[in-house]
Amino acid sequence: MYNIVKIIEPRSFSEALTALSNTPDLTVIAGGTDVLVKLKKTQETLSVLSLDSVDEMRSIRKTSDGSLAIGALTTFDMLMNDPLINEHTPILKQAAGTMGGPQIRNRATVGGNLCNGAVSADSAPALLTLNAKLVISRLDEGEYLERIVPLESFYKGPGKVDLAYGELLKDIIIPKDSFRCRGGYIKYSRRKAMDLAMLGVSVLGIVNESNGVVEDFRIALGVAAPTPIRLHEAESVCIGKKLDQDLIKAVCDQVVQGSHARDSWRASKAFREYLMRELTSILMNSLIKEGSLHD
Amino acid sequence: MTKDIQFTLNGKRFEVTIDVGMSLTDLVRSLGNKGTKVGCGAGECGACTVLLNGKPVNSCIYLAVWADNKEVLTVEGLSAPDGTLSPLQQAFIDEGAVQCGFCTPGMLLTGTSLVNSGKHYSDEEIKYEMSGNFCRCTGYQGILSALKKVLNSK
Repeated sequence: MYNIVKIIEPRSFSEALTALSNTPDLTVIAGGTDVLVKLKKTQETLSVLSLDSVDEMRSIRKTSDGSLAIGALTTFDMLMNDPLINEHTPILKQAAGTMGGPQIRNRATVGGNLCNGAVSADSAPALLTLNAKLVISRLDEGEYLERIVPLESFYKGPGKVDLAYGELLKDIIIPKDSFRCRGGYIKYSRRKAMDLAMLGVSVLGIVNESNGVVEDFRIALGVAAPTPIRLHEAESVCIGKKLDQDLIKAVCDQVVQGSHARDSWRASKAFREYLMRELTSILMNSLIKEGSLHD
Repeated sequence: MTKDIQFTLNGKRFEVTIDVGMSLTDLVRSLGNKGTKVGCGAGECGACTVLLNGKPVNSCIYLAVWADNKEVLTVEGLSAPDGTLSPLQQAFIDEGAVQCGFCTPGMLLTGTSLVNSGKHYSDEEIKYEMSGNFCRCTGYQGILSALKKVLNSK
C-alpha cells in the first residue's frame, strides 16, 4: 500500500493544468516507475495528480514546420517502436532501448525521465545532442501560457530542473535540422539491462562525404557531471576540421577536461574519464565509417 | 480516499472499491490470484509481472486505480477453463524451467506476451525481452529453452 491520501485523475491536459493551479502540494505522477519507488522509501504521504488518463499527451507527431513533437507521456516502448522516431531520430530509439527492462519501458515516460532531473536519464544525452526544446505550460489566473526552454538550460543541478509548481511539461520538440545528423548513444553499465548508467555518451554529427570535414558535431554526457551536459568546447575543437584520429584524440582530451567527472559509489572519477575517452572515440570512429546523409 | 473501478481480470469482470494507494499486485492477490509474487517490490525483479492490455508491467509499481477499464492477465488466467496448460506452461515443465518457482509466474507472463505478438525472436532478442525478469536460482537455460521451443514452433 502506498501512502497516497488523495488522487486527482484529469482526462485532458487542460484539466490537469487546472487541477494543478487550483490545488497546492500535488505530486505529479506519470508512469510511476520513479515516483512510486521513491515513495516506498519515505514515510511521506502524497496527494497525487495522475496523468495516466491524459491520452493526448501520449503522442509523437510532426509540427507545421516539420519538427518532431513528442508528448511528455510518451513511453520508452513507444519511442522504440515509432516510425517517425526510427526515420528521423534513430539515436533516440537506441537510447530508449537501453533504459530499464521491457516492463519499465512500457510504463516509464520520457517526460518523467527529464522532469525528475536524474543525472542517469538515458533519454537526456540523446535529446541534448538533438537540440531538444521543451514546451512548458501553465495557467496564470485562468490564462493559458507556454514557454519554450532548451533542454540544456532546463537542468539546474542534481535532481533540480527549471519547472515551477503549477507548470507541466507538454511536449519535447526536436528541430528538423537535427534529422540530418548521424551518430549514436552508448550506455556503459555493469549489467546490460535493469541498471543505471555508469556513463552515457551521445554523439551526433555531419561529416562531409567528399572531403571528410566535420560540418556539425554535438556531444553530451550522462552521469559524468552533476547533471547531463553538452560539451561545447569539445564540439568547437572539431567543427570545420577533417575527421581523423588526431582530431578524435583532441576531442577526447577536451571531453575529459570539460566533463567535471565525479567520484560516486557507482564508478570512480578516473574510470569515468577512461570510459568517456573510449566511448567518444568509438562513436566518432563510427561517424567516419557512416559519414552523413546527402540533402 | 477510495475509488470504484471496474476491470477485467483473467476474462472475468470485476467491480471493486479500493484504496487509492493500493498497488495492482495487492489488488489481484486480494481477489485470490496469489500467483502474482512480490519480489523486490520496487520494479526491478519482474516477479509481480502481469499483462495489462496485453503488455507486461510490474504490478508492484502500478497503482490499482490505473487498471480502471483495462484488462489484466495473471498466471491463473493462462490455462484453459478445463485446466489444460498453455503451450508455454507445458514447455516450462518439459524443459525443466522451474526451480524454486518464485519467478515462474512473471516469466510466463512476459513470455506469453512474446508468444501472443506472433513475431519471430532470435535467442538474443528473447534474452533482451526477458531482461526484466530475474531468476535468483539462475535457472535461465531451462527458461530460454522453453521459450525457444514455443516461439520457434510457429
